[in-house]
Amino acid sequence: MTIVESSIEIKKDIKQNNSVVVEMRNLKKSFEKNHVLRDINLSINKGENLVILGQSGTGKSVLIKCIVGLVELDEGKLLIFGKDISELKNKELIEIRKKIGFLFQSGALYDSMTVRENLEFPLTRQLGSIPKEEMNSLIVEALTDVGLEEAIDKTPSELSGGMRKRLGLARTLILKPEIMLYDEPTTGLDPITSKEISRLILEVQKKYNTSSIIITHDIECAKLTANRIIVIKDGVCAAQGSYADLEKSADSWIRSFFE
Amino acid sequence: MEKTITQKPDSKKQNLKIDSENDDESISKSLLKKFFIEVSSLTIFTLRFFREVLKPPYEFNELVKQSFLIGYKSLPLVAITGFIIGLVLTIQSRPTLAKFGAESWLPAMVAVSIIREIGPVITALIFAGKVGSGIGAELASMNVTEQIDAMQVSHTNPFKYLVVTRVISATVMLPLLVIFADAVGLFGSFIGVNLKGNVSAYLFFSQVFQSLEFKDLFPAIIKTFFFGFAIGLIGSYKGYNSNKGTEGVGKAANTAVVFGSLMIFIIDMIAVQITSLFQS
Repeated sequence: MTIVESSIEIKKDIKQNNSVVVEMRNLKKSFEKNHVLRDINLSINKGENLVILGQSGTGKSVLIKCIVGLVELDEGKLLIFGKDISELKNKELIEIRKKIGFLFQSGALYDSMTVRENLEFPLTRQLGSIPKEEMNSLIVEALTDVGLEEAIDKTPSELSGGMRKRLGLARTLILKPEIMLYDEPTTGLDPITSKEISRLILEVQKKYNTSSIIITHDIECAKLTANRIIVIKDGVCAAQGSYADLEKSADSWIRSFFE
Repeated sequence: MEKTITQKPDSKKQNLKIDSENDDESISKSLLKKFFIEVSSLTIFTLRFFREVLKPPYEFNELVKQSFLIGYKSLPLVAITGFIIGLVLTIQSRPTLAKFGAESWLPAMVAVSIIREIGPVITALIFAGKVGSGIGAELASMNVTEQIDAMQVSHTNPFKYLVVTRVISATVMLPLLVIFADAVGLFGSFIGVNLKGNVSAYLFFSQVFQSLEFKDLFPAIIKTFFFGFAIGLIGSYKGYNSNKGTEGVGKAANTAVVFGSLMIFIIDMIAVQITSLFQS
């Protein structure tokens, strides 16, 4: 069975429901005179993979960075698990954000730490001091999920691009997030590794029942992973639908993404 | 016709002169603006440091790790520098003192020079080159590769974890390194004295300690805390706020050393003024 076929099989088994986990209403964000997000309205259901497509510089990464608080919003409402984050106290906000995982474009691995220490870091930060055996089993489980169990004592500089992405994913998964945010997960990878990462995204969705937002330019990744696709143009959601719907869009600009 | 021919270049020259004056003015204005922006953001950064340093949780493990990296790992470099300073200062001073028949004052003169001024300043400059640039480059590269963002997403306060620990380590470690460098420098001086003479260790060091007073040691050590703080803070500030990709990493390391070294001289000048007030 090829990677694509196995990905389709995994996708068939994934269950979704209609409870909304993230909702954005009239989101706006500018950097000085550059209005990146003009009016974004979208929602993600529990267990859904939402792919966001758009040209470079259209604010796709800014959008997901707003969700984890790396970028502050100018205007609009952002509801996570039904709670407006602008109305939450700092402690409540931290608790909500603990349920969100973020896979950075570069992997953002800590160069000065080994693979094991990279995984220990978020664990000790979030759970405090936990027994060594429990810590070990969580680390091994996360590494096994991404197929990196043999690299446990290596440093990030000894890993390939694909392995770095997988380690970044393991570091996020170790905290068992309910929402996963992927910032261009397949950028800079060869087609085979890209497909493996896409399948991994689906496996994560199936195993942990995560809801995900995937920012990508890789149309193959979008095709494999998306339950729904949103296309951003000029700071607004220009179109949304399934891969099959958008592929046949009447708008030639939207169709051009799928050619 | 002649008039117009002779006048035209003059008026052009005048216009060019006015243009260049305007350009100079706008350049100096923008430089001044940049300077004030830099000073204000460094002030905000410093105030944030003092706010974060008092707030729990405290990053003790990272503080110990950084102290080891900043302090212990700098020992060989500081030792070599201190030894050479002591040796060279002794060899260079001997002929001048010999001219006045004051060769016996050599240990005392070298000791006072090293303890009061040369030891702290040279060690701090070496420290700025090694540690200041290291902090600047490390934090800038963490910034470029989104590691600081990743830390924030992992519910860690990156300012507290990265900046506060490094600044405290630099502040505490530099005085210890200076004391070590002073000791090695005096040993270098002892070797230097014995290159052209025969002075026992007992005689050399008893002359050294007789010449030193508390007022020599205390201000010299106190100012090194400020040197260390400035080096750690400037390195962290430059690295933490770098935002120009890989180019920014080199720039952060470079400016951390330049401004760190400059701050050492400014602090030293102020420290000497304050010390002389109490001594007079």
